[in-house]
Amino acid sequence: MIKILDRIFKYIGIGAVLLGLIVLAVLVLDVVRDGFPRLTWDFFTSYPSSKPEQAGILSAWVGTLWIMLTTAALTIPLGIGAAIYLEEYAPKNRWTDFIEINIANLAGVPSVVYGILGLGLFVRALHMDRSVLAGSCTLALLVLPIVILSTREALRAVPSSIREAAYAVGATRWQAISGQVLPAAFGNILTGIILAMSRAIGETAPLVTLGALTYIPFLPTPPVSVSPSFPYVNFSLKGLLDPFTVLPIQIFNWVSRPQKGFLICAAAGIIVLLIITLCLNGAAIYLRHKHQKNW
Amino acid sequence: MKPYFQEREKKMLVAAEQSKPSIKITDHIYAGNSANMRNGDTKIQVERFSFRYGANKVLKDVSLNVRAREVTSIIGPSGCGKSTLLRCFNRMNDLIAGTRADGNILIEGQDIYDPRVDVVELRKKVGMVFQKPNPFPKTIFDNIAYGLRINGIRQKSEIIQRVEQSLRDSALWEEVKDRLTDSGLSLSGGQQQRLCVARALAIQPEIVLMDEPASALDPIATAKLEELIVRLKEKYTIVIVTHNMQQAARISDKTAFLMQGEMVEFGVTKDIFTKPTKKITEEYITGRFG
Ligand SMILES: Nc1ncnc2c1ncn2[C@@H]1O[C@H](COP(=O)(O)OP(=O)(O)O)[C@@H](O)[C@H]1O
Ligand SMILES: [Mg+2]
Repeated sequence: MIKILDRIFKYIGIGAVLLGLIVLAVLVLDVVRDGFPRLTWDFFTSYPSSKPEQAGILSAWVGTLWIMLTTAALTIPLGIGAAIYLEEYAPKNRWTDFIEINIANLAGVPSVVYGILGLGLFVRALHMDRSVLAGSCTLALLVLPIVILSTREALRAVPSSIREAAYAVGATRWQAISGQVLPAAFGNILTGIILAMSRAIGETAPLVTLGALTYIPFLPTPPVSVSPSFPYVNFSLKGLLDPFTVLPIQIFNWVSRPQKGFLICAAAGIIVLLIITLCLNGAAIYLRHKHQKNW
Repeated sequence: MKPYFQEREKKMLVAAEQSKPSIKITDHIYAGNSANMRNGDTKIQVERFSFRYGANKVLKDVSLNVRAREVTSIIGPSGCGKSTLLRCFNRMNDLIAGTRADGNILIEGQDIYDPRVDVVELRKKVGMVFQKPNPFPKTIFDNIAYGLRINGIRQKSEIIQRVEQSLRDSALWEEVKDRLTDSGLSLSGGQQQRLCVARALAIQPEIVLMDEPASALDPIATAKLEELIVRLKEKYTIVIVTHNMQQAARISDKTAFLMQGEMVEFGVTKDIFTKPTKKITEEYITGRFG
């Protein structure tokens, strides 16, 4: 009797897994069939347009790149710094317990809430407008808990024997952390950061809430530009304050248009986004395996 | 991790310190006048030392004298506090929260639990080799160079020279000289442990603590390590914890027998093993328990 139950549950389980996989496969196939022919060079180098055949994702992928780099630049130092403090320096008391619980909870807050926070704080109160910086700050808040949690996990995974070895040759706490613990945890920390970034890259809701525009026929001011006169190469961070759009928002916009042509554009955009996410997750998995150590 | 001293204990220590005539702490204590220390002079003096983990008192009024350039071994049944005692000599136990030390440990006359003592400096002078080989997950070269770098040695040529010297001192040079950039983890267990010895020696400590350094090694690697320890005695003062009675008998000058946190017997190794004064010591070394 128990054996039969066992078998039934096994088949239910297999069925559930297969169902998920099949649905996913059908969706992907459908998207690829629709969108693949649209993936031409022009698609990457054209601005959005009112004519579906001419529309492209130039401003979207450049915007995504801007947002991702800025978000990473904000999250990585903050997240790793916070994790090092909490894991290595903070006294274990009620106050730090309280902080820890809250960080764990923040990781579970719906992303729209971050959008509202970003709108009130960055866009309005701090007058950043609907800029790359406002978007990045919002996404940075969104993924910060993930980076902190995974970095702490990574630091905790470094065996105490490594710390003791460092202390035994006269390392100060910071020397032990910077010279041995962080390098040993590097692979796992990087994995966490990549996963956080792959989460951020697909986020639409908070950016829509911020009011990110969907039709952007120009790019943020490039960070590096070449001029014919002295000083020839110019660096600028002005782009941070320019408006932006990102891939998921562009896709979202196209999907909501009635014309069939825009659906095809959306499918092509989805393929691009899927490939980027797959690459990021692949890199994370690869790193995790590569840095698996047997101490 | 907790700060090195619990606030309360720190205050007590400071108060106790103020009631004593204050000793001037000068650099010479750690700069090592040890070069002119003669063999046989007292290097580590443990006076009625007790240690607890929380409420668990694991060392009770332990006293012993470790002499310069001798090998002193600590034996005793497992859980009797051997490692704890050893880890007090370089204050490694500071890393554990809720511990408390009473009594004194003097190294060259300086109380190492004095709050004014800089533990980082102390550990530079008192090196340690752990029970399980624990090389850094880095190259063989960097395993040793790390200690040199954090000790302020920047010159590449000096680092290279001292890495080679310490690998020679730990009898590992011939085996690794062609693969210094391989990971320290790629070595065999015995080689890893000698790498750890080299790492400890590179920063030129005066005392080397070893906690059952051979327990994870095969007999051949163990023999090599023992040979090494005996040779190191020329330059260093060595305290070794071992559960292997023959090993203690072979390599050490003095032996301390610890049981349930108490020093049962301490003396010349030969005497302890041939004519122990206590019955319990005899029972232990003849293997009737433990
Ligand atoms: N980090 C620790 N925290 C609490 N108790 C400990 C810790 N380390 C050791 N002890 C306790 O101290 C006693 C002595 O341990 P130890 O010094 O490791 O003994 P030995 O090295 O002789 O086997 C044991 O009872 C052990 O449970
Ligand atoms: Mg032990």
